[in-house]
Amino acid sequence: MMEFVMLHLPALQVVVPMLAAPICLLLMRGGLAWMLALVTAVLCFAMSLLLLQQVIETGPISYHLGGWEPPFGIEYRVDAMNAFVLVIVAATSALVLPFARRSIRAEIEPSKQALFYTVFVLCLTGLLGVTITGDAFNVFVFLEISSLATYVLVAMGARRDRRALTAGYTYLVMGTIGATFYVIGLGLLYQATGTLNMEDLAVRLQPLGDLTSVRAGFAFIMVGLALKLAMFPIHAWLPNAYTYAPSVVSIFLAATSTKVAVYVLLRFMFTVFGYDFPVVELSLSTVFLPLAVIAMFVASAVAVFQTDFKRLLAYSSVAQIGYMVLGFSMASVTGLTATMVHLFNHAAMKAVMFMVAGAVVYRVGSTAVASFAGLGRQMPWTMAAMVVGGLSLIGVPLTVGFISKWYLILGALETGDWIIAFMIVASSLIAVIYVWRIVEVAYLTPAPEGAKPVSEAPLSMLIPMWTLALVCIYFGINAELTASIGQTVAEALLNGNGVSPAVAIPEVVPATDGAMEGAAP
Amino acid sequence: MEDSQFLEFVIGRYNYWLVIVLMMVGLYVVVARGNLVKKLVGLNIFQVSVFLFYISVGKVAGGTAPIYVDDPNALYSNPLPHVLILTAIVVGVATLAVGLSLVIRIQRAYGTVEEDDIQIADAGRDASPRAGGASGSSAPTIGGSA
Amino acid sequence: MMLLSPPGIGFDTAMLIAVLLPMIGAVLLVLAGRWPNLREAVTLATAVALFITVIHLLGGYLAGEAPKLVLFDVVPGLPLAFRLEPLGVIFSLVASGLWIITSLYAIGYMRGNNEKNQTRFYACFAIALGAAMGIAFADNLLTLFIFYEVLTLSTYPLVAHKETPDARRGARIYLGILLATSIGLLLPAIIWTYAVAGTGDFQLGGILEGKIDEALLPILLGLYMFGIGKAALVPIHPWLPHAMVAPTPVSALLHAVAVVKAGVFTVLKVTVYIFGTDFLSSTDASVWLMWIAAFSIVFAGIIAMTKDNLKARLAYSTVSQLSYVTLGAMLASGYGITAGALQIMMHATAKITLFMCAGAIYVATQKTELSQMDGLGRRMPWVYGAFTVGALAIIGIPPLGGDWVKLYLVMAASDSGEKYIIYALILASLLSIGYLLPVVARGFFGNLGDRTEPAAQFNDAMPSEERIRAPRLTVIAPVITAGLCFLTLFLVGPLKELIAPLVGAH
Repeated sequence: MMEFVMLHLPALQVVVPMLAAPICLLLMRGGLAWMLALVTAVLCFAMSLLLLQQVIETGPISYHLGGWEPPFGIEYRVDAMNAFVLVIVAATSALVLPFARRSIRAEIEPSKQALFYTVFVLCLTGLLGVTITGDAFNVFVFLEISSLATYVLVAMGARRDRRALTAGYTYLVMGTIGATFYVIGLGLLYQATGTLNMEDLAVRLQPLGDLTSVRAGFAFIMVGLALKLAMFPIHAWLPNAYTYAPSVVSIFLAATSTKVAVYVLLRFMFTVFGYDFPVVELSLSTVFLPLAVIAMFVASAVAVFQTDFKRLLAYSSVAQIGYMVLGFSMASVTGLTATMVHLFNHAAMKAVMFMVAGAVVYRVGSTAVASFAGLGRQMPWTMAAMVVGGLSLIGVPLTVGFISKWYLILGALETGDWIIAFMIVASSLIAVIYVWRIVEVAYLTPAPEGAKPVSEAPLSMLIPMWTLALVCIYFGINAELTASIGQTVAEALLNGNGVSPAVAIPEVVPATDGAMEGAAP
Repeated sequence: MEDSQFLEFVIGRYNYWLVIVLMMVGLYVVVARGNLVKKLVGLNIFQVSVFLFYISVGKVAGGTAPIYVDDPNALYSNPLPHVLILTAIVVGVATLAVGLSLVIRIQRAYGTVEEDDIQIADAGRDASPRAGGASGSSAPTIGGSA
Repeated sequence: MMLLSPPGIGFDTAMLIAVLLPMIGAVLLVLAGRWPNLREAVTLATAVALFITVIHLLGGYLAGEAPKLVLFDVVPGLPLAFRLEPLGVIFSLVASGLWIITSLYAIGYMRGNNEKNQTRFYACFAIALGAAMGIAFADNLLTLFIFYEVLTLSTYPLVAHKETPDARRGARIYLGILLATSIGLLLPAIIWTYAVAGTGDFQLGGILEGKIDEALLPILLGLYMFGIGKAALVPIHPWLPHAMVAPTPVSALLHAVAVVKAGVFTVLKVTVYIFGTDFLSSTDASVWLMWIAAFSIVFAGIIAMTKDNLKARLAYSTVSQLSYVTLGAMLASGYGITAGALQIMMHATAKITLFMCAGAIYVATQKTELSQMDGLGRRMPWVYGAFTVGALAIIGIPPLGGDWVKLYLVMAASDSGEKYIIYALILASLLSIGYLLPVVARGFFGNLGDRTEPAAQFNDAMPSEERIRAPRLTVIAPVITAGLCFLTLFLVGPLKELIAPLVGAH
């Protein structure tokens, strides 16, 4: 039995939640659906850990779905990078679901709770699928599965605030445009190479060099993915979506969806195209780098003026995504390590912060910063977790945020980019302002007169929250695991070691119509 | 001489032109129209253009539809794009379904599906709530709008 | 020296114990929070235990041990590491020794003033001391930076203790300046050092020689000096006067025991172990900072003279005195380092005396302004006596210790060929007389009924010339530290011997 599981682990990683979703629906009762979702999430987490362990020990895993050999069949390819992201996604879901029990009961109508968990598990399926697959079109399919689920999840916040509906709608429109751009780009690449398998694409794109259609394909794919990962300036859907979504959804999305999009972008940029590809270098230095720096500043600055806690965290996320983009646009080992490490670190710290928001909503009923007054005394554990997350956002040593900042600044200084280094530092200082504002309100402002006394968040919320807070601290003190994985991945991406066709390339006649194929500009 | 090159550029690649036109029409509708349903229509047109792109690219000159016929020397068009687009059409339909259901809910909550009116309706409700333990932004429950 | 070594505890573990002991103490005293006497006992016990540990380490060092402890890697390749070296020994001795006295004082002060949140106070105090130990024993830049930040964060609740709007504002400025300089200037400097030198380990003679373009050295040095905000170099100094909103024991901690001493300690450590005194003197990288330090000394001294609020006056005095250390370091001479190390010891004992006296005055009479304190000296003779001793130590009158610092600074200045610095030092001494002596003079010789205002402050029922009683502990503590001021004279010799390897082995 165990052998069967281990053999088919990559497929099970996706199939288990996919099967669990309709069963959640059939269970019809919120409590039962929650339990199934929790079990599914824990199983997925266990599987992702097994996969990571396997990859670390024996190298990349190539799984042929249905036994069909790539590039004809769909291949699930697990290497260090996506095993790492799988763990992030699965761990987040496993921690969010215990939290969700009370949070969802408070925020969503009883008749819809089973539906919520169904859609949640579907979203999990989609995210895991995007991460694990080695076929570019399969990425699109799973991306859309997760995105559609996300649109619905966001809109389910309408019970608390009807603006969740418009937020979900806007996200839908923008997200679909992004996904369609991705498909266009992929179509151009397919037209040029005749394959959709990512490893195969990498091999076949090499001799093609500077074709306009390939460049255009690259551009479309990058723009599509940039929209999904909320890179400035196409991040507009994120603040509203994170603010009005149910608390659980905000936690989950903030920690996973953008990370997965960053993963796909990295996969395309460095594995499929490779750093030596002419257009990659150009795009990194002229497009991604400046936009990342602007994101860091502008988003942090906007966050300072927010009066709603979740909105503040949303803009902070846009800034943190700017850090991730900055990391890989440096195109150095240190820079890519910074991005990989920040994928993990940001997931941990943002999840903590949004869990705090969820707990405060549960007890106080509001996410306005002003409603935090006096909570330092009334909800001490929750606020302490918030301080840990906040210090992490600033990048104080002994928290994970510091590790990311360290690598980022080191990467900038290694290439002699003073200005970038100081910008990273300056934007951290802006983070100090908005984090400290909340800390002051929570600890140094007394609760308003006549306010109802508030009790501490329930254990089912505190335990996941503090697990993540401890993760923030532990991996900030001893970052060996995350940093070594990050470094391995970075080196593999930049040296093109990941490129090895799963099978010998057969002669495939590229399908064309007359003079269309590879037309010169 | 020049003439035929130009003609070839335009007429020879008519499928691409069609795709571009549809793509632009779709995107324009999404951006320029304020009605939420029309936006979805534009989105769909945009997606359809991509479908056409894929399928037209898959056509092999002189090839027949990729369905087995009894002729051993038959030349088929590439079946893979068709498969991909079937998937994409399904995704498009699902997106449309989700989008339209959202529009219905928005209609019930706001009483309108015009983006401008919705923005006006939301603009008046942005005051930060009093921190007296009172519930957050007073969200009218769905279905309770005028 | 007798080695107090319980069997099995090596010196390297002792360093770790020194760092962790106060942290554990903090946890214990939080648990004991509901029983104030137990809680205070835990604080004192932890302080005494820490001091014993540090003495144990001193003994080991004098016996020739050079313990080094490498813990795990924080970032792959960069470990958390501790090592015992002379400057660290001095700093840890000063900090742990004065913690005991400050704790005694704090007990008297906090209870006398009926302060709230005392558990939080003592717990943060303990954590701050643990962080100071971490700074003292750090073996590389990363370890030092980590504990430096812990110190900043753990002292924030102390500065904001009273929770009034003023306190919040002062604490915000405190945190803002310290975090801005540490994240904005010090962190890039540290990472830059790691990037060019390949390591951040402290090594005698520095790690930068040959690794960095010499034209960039002044910039890097500037990043460090301004980045080490706790050393309060002008213009980074505003946090210090703003932190005066804190209760006096906190001010004592900030100014004497831990915070500023950590700052100047870091300055010395970076100068000696990252740049290397000789390397610095061979380039001229530190000259501009030397002038800024000199300016800082004079500028702060002048401002101190204009302040009526006693604590503010003392705060600016601290800014001025701290810059002596920076000056010593930037003179890039062995004498300068000696001067800096001596100043850590001298200033700590002297300033803590002054602050504790100011606090005693406040607890007893609720007075904060100098103009209100005419004639108070006759009514609080012990307090004012201690104050006089502390003042004389700072001014630098033999047989108290401050003159040694100035002597070495003058020697360093002539060693480096900077004559004009000597004039600045003379001016500085005059200024210190100018801002400290009036306090003593007015206290002892001022006229009680001179102005109507002071009279109104006094309780009607209180006859003049009668002794004012301050809580016993708040008087005993400064008297003890005043005695220490005399003691430091005898410690000059041993201290010089201790740091001889740093300044002799160029």
